[in-house]
Amino acid sequence: MQSVDSSQRFWLTRPFRERATQLFLGVLFAALLLVTVLHLAVPQGHPLHVTAYTVNLFGKYLSYALLAVSVDLVWGYLGILSLGHGAFFAIGGYAMGMYLMRQIGDRGTYGDPVLPDFMVFLNWDSLPWYWLGFDMAWFAFVMVLVAPGLLALVFGFLAFRSRVTGVYLSIITQALTFALMLAFFRNEMGFGGNNGLTDFRELLGFDLRTDATRLGLFLATGVALALGYILCRAIVTSKLGRVSVATRDAEARTRFLGYRVERFQLFVFVVSAMLAGLAGALYVPQVGIINPSEFSPIFSIEIVLWVALGGRATLYGAVIGALLVNYAKTVFTGIMPDAWLFALGALFVFVTVFLPKGVAGLLAHRKRKTQEQKNQARKPQEATT
Amino acid sequence: MRMLSRFLPGLLCLCLLFGLPQAVQAQDDPGQPLLEALDTSSYADKAEAIEVIIESGDERSRRWLEALLNGKLQRHKDNQRFVIVLENRGRHWPVADALSFEEAGEMSRRELDRIGINNALRGTLQNALSLLDLYVDDADQRRDAARDLLGNVDASMVEPLKAVIENEENAEVRRLLSQALAIYRLDQGDVEAIADLEGSLNQQVRSVLNSAARSDDPVLADAASAALAGIEQKLKLNQGLETLYFGLSLGSVLVLAAIGLAITFGVMGVINMAHGELIMLGAYTTWGMQQLLPGQPGLALVLSIPAGFLVAALAGIAIERGVIQFLKGRPLETLLATFGVSLILQQLVRTVISPQNRTVVSPEWLSGSVMINEGLSLTLNRLYVLGFALLVFAGLMLVMRKTRLGLEVRAVTQNRAMARSMGIRATRVDIMTFALGSGVAGLAGVALSQLTNVGPNLGQNYIIDSFMVVVFGGVGNLWGTLVAGLSLGVINQVLEPWVGAVLAKIIVLVFIILFIQKRPKGLFPQKGRAAEG
Repeated sequence: MQSVDSSQRFWLTRPFRERATQLFLGVLFAALLLVTVLHLAVPQGHPLHVTAYTVNLFGKYLSYALLAVSVDLVWGYLGILSLGHGAFFAIGGYAMGMYLMRQIGDRGTYGDPVLPDFMVFLNWDSLPWYWLGFDMAWFAFVMVLVAPGLLALVFGFLAFRSRVTGVYLSIITQALTFALMLAFFRNEMGFGGNNGLTDFRELLGFDLRTDATRLGLFLATGVALALGYILCRAIVTSKLGRVSVATRDAEARTRFLGYRVERFQLFVFVVSAMLAGLAGALYVPQVGIINPSEFSPIFSIEIVLWVALGGRATLYGAVIGALLVNYAKTVFTGIMPDAWLFALGALFVFVTVFLPKGVAGLLAHRKRKTQEQKNQARKPQEATT
Repeated sequence: MRMLSRFLPGLLCLCLLFGLPQAVQAQDDPGQPLLEALDTSSYADKAEAIEVIIESGDERSRRWLEALLNGKLQRHKDNQRFVIVLENRGRHWPVADALSFEEAGEMSRRELDRIGINNALRGTLQNALSLLDLYVDDADQRRDAARDLLGNVDASMVEPLKAVIENEENAEVRRLLSQALAIYRLDQGDVEAIADLEGSLNQQVRSVLNSAARSDDPVLADAASAALAGIEQKLKLNQGLETLYFGLSLGSVLVLAAIGLAITFGVMGVINMAHGELIMLGAYTTWGMQQLLPGQPGLALVLSIPAGFLVAALAGIAIERGVIQFLKGRPLETLLATFGVSLILQQLVRTVISPQNRTVVSPEWLSGSVMINEGLSLTLNRLYVLGFALLVFAGLMLVMRKTRLGLEVRAVTQNRAMARSMGIRATRVDIMTFALGSGVAGLAGVALSQLTNVGPNLGQNYIIDSFMVVVFGGVGNLWGTLVAGLSLGVINQVLEPWVGAVLAKIIVLVFIILFIQKRPKGLFPQKGRAAEG
């Protein structure tokens, strides 16, 4: 209710007044700062030194976290379980990858000044039309948002208009990403087929293989995460956000109240897809490759697990979940690769059955408990008086 | 000479001792008089004897005539025994008895008399040999022989072939033989022969018609072109039929994979992402059964049908009790949890059995194909799977429509609270339904093991397709699943030659995505109150 009076003020700055957001941003920036300091100031070989490899790894986690935030926006606040968000992530990644490919120039194996290596290999003599413009950074960066946004717009427009919701929507989003995966595996698509896009050299003139660029990308991803988080927070605390939540809880009732539900759904869905695309674009230069496996339905379901583990409809929960699961994945696949799928599978079952509100729910629960204890401590006194 | 005359009585004695019993035995053999007849000095009589041999249908005829042609059918001078020379080099030749084909040691070339032939007989023999198989009793063998003759008829064979056609009872063989003859006649410029060739899909027939169509004789060329056009028409029809068959076969696989899902998803509203892994378990059960019963793939396969059902049903019950029952009414969470189960099951198979594919042997009665005509043959395994899918569908239909369980399931689906208040134990119905749906997935696995590789990823490949089929057909409608599965299979196969397998699949997926927008409840939406839930 307290958000009602704040709704008078500018919607984008409203989240800054929330304690949870302040806390989240504080922790995030403290972590970014800490990693930077430990990487730059602490000498190599010191136990507290953060290596460039780790910085890169954290940067990857942060882009996953942004992706998780985008999924939480549609799942947590709109009630749409998208099993195809990996597709938007991958498309954003491909847009970035295409720019990075063009930046290679004539330094590729075949030394063609315009065509990427795989096109030379396929004996293509000119760039397909959809590759045009990707030599310009601004164009590529706009496409990072526009391409997934456009797909989400078309797909969402069709789906929401005909009121495809719930399980059906989940299944067809999964089919969407599956179809895209099959399509991108084809060499004829002009996106490098199986191997995808790789062998990147530089981004905006910075050599991708230097530690400084890695740190820069890590920080940029952190900032993008913060901005994405603030945007999502602003959306969910706005009036539009409250209509979304109403849609999530009782779609038919919201419609009867006179809201054009499908428009709200479409808007939030497109924003979420753009955020996912941005996450993909930040992910690609850090891992140095983008290939069709990012479209695989399993990856998309895994994103949902991050959100479920962290706690649905909290946004910060999504970030926690993404970081936790991916850290666990790195550790597990390092120590015992066979056990990872067991652990991941068990996590799916455990979280859904025992932790429906995720880690964030646990935190909230503990908070509520201490509150209750305080209340109870007060109550007996009131009763005696 | 004196030496010889001294030894002669002894030799005679030997012959009496060893030769006579053999001779007696040989007298009973119907082959003996046939060969005796060959041993004349008149070539005309020999030709007659050869004919008698051919018409006898004796299965040894081929070998006799081949031996005769090569000059290897010989007769012992003294004991009159017919032998076939195996190796005619050196002085002593290894021989085999001409009647039993058993090896009979070595004989000196001087002891043997060759049954000679002249050039005319040689020609007769060569033709006779190519026609020989037309006299056997087995119609299939005759058919194969007739097919071999297509395009291989020459002038000398025309007359005997005509005689054979006269006497042939089997219409199919007769047709093939007249075609073989017609090809020859057409080569000679006989326009009427074309009538016999119409509608044949044989490659030889087509090539001879093709060359006739280019001939200078306008009448012949026109007639041949007309016949060719008819054949092309028929070929197209056959191709269409083949595509339809492959489509139905693919569709039947989809139906099998999806029908269990139609029960658990459609009837119970439970999204079981582990459905694919239940299919995989069924396939692995078949493999395991074959390991238990080595050398009897057929028996193992038959036993795997109930075993696969049981294994998958038990796994299904475990999933229902262990996970799904806690997530009632939360379909999206069920989806995630069962996806977790699917990951665990996959990894379990990888760890316990092997990450590699296992080979499941197909029993003999499943391999091979049924030849409908020369342009169209249906592989047996796909035919069986198609039949199996329809059988499973009919069985499920019966269970849902005619049994107490089906009645209870439908009651619980329509109104859980009301059904419970009527005394139906809803929890038990849940378990049974889920077990049924899972068991059917197991059956799908058994069938799939005959068509594809059995590996840990088997189920994953089918899960999205299965969901598509169920959603396309209309949730909660078994008929819808059948129609959707078969039609998606056919659409896929029709598209494939044009755009390739991958693009065909993408197009089908996009088509379904668009179709769902148009009709969100699928092809056959459920009607009534239950649909609103």
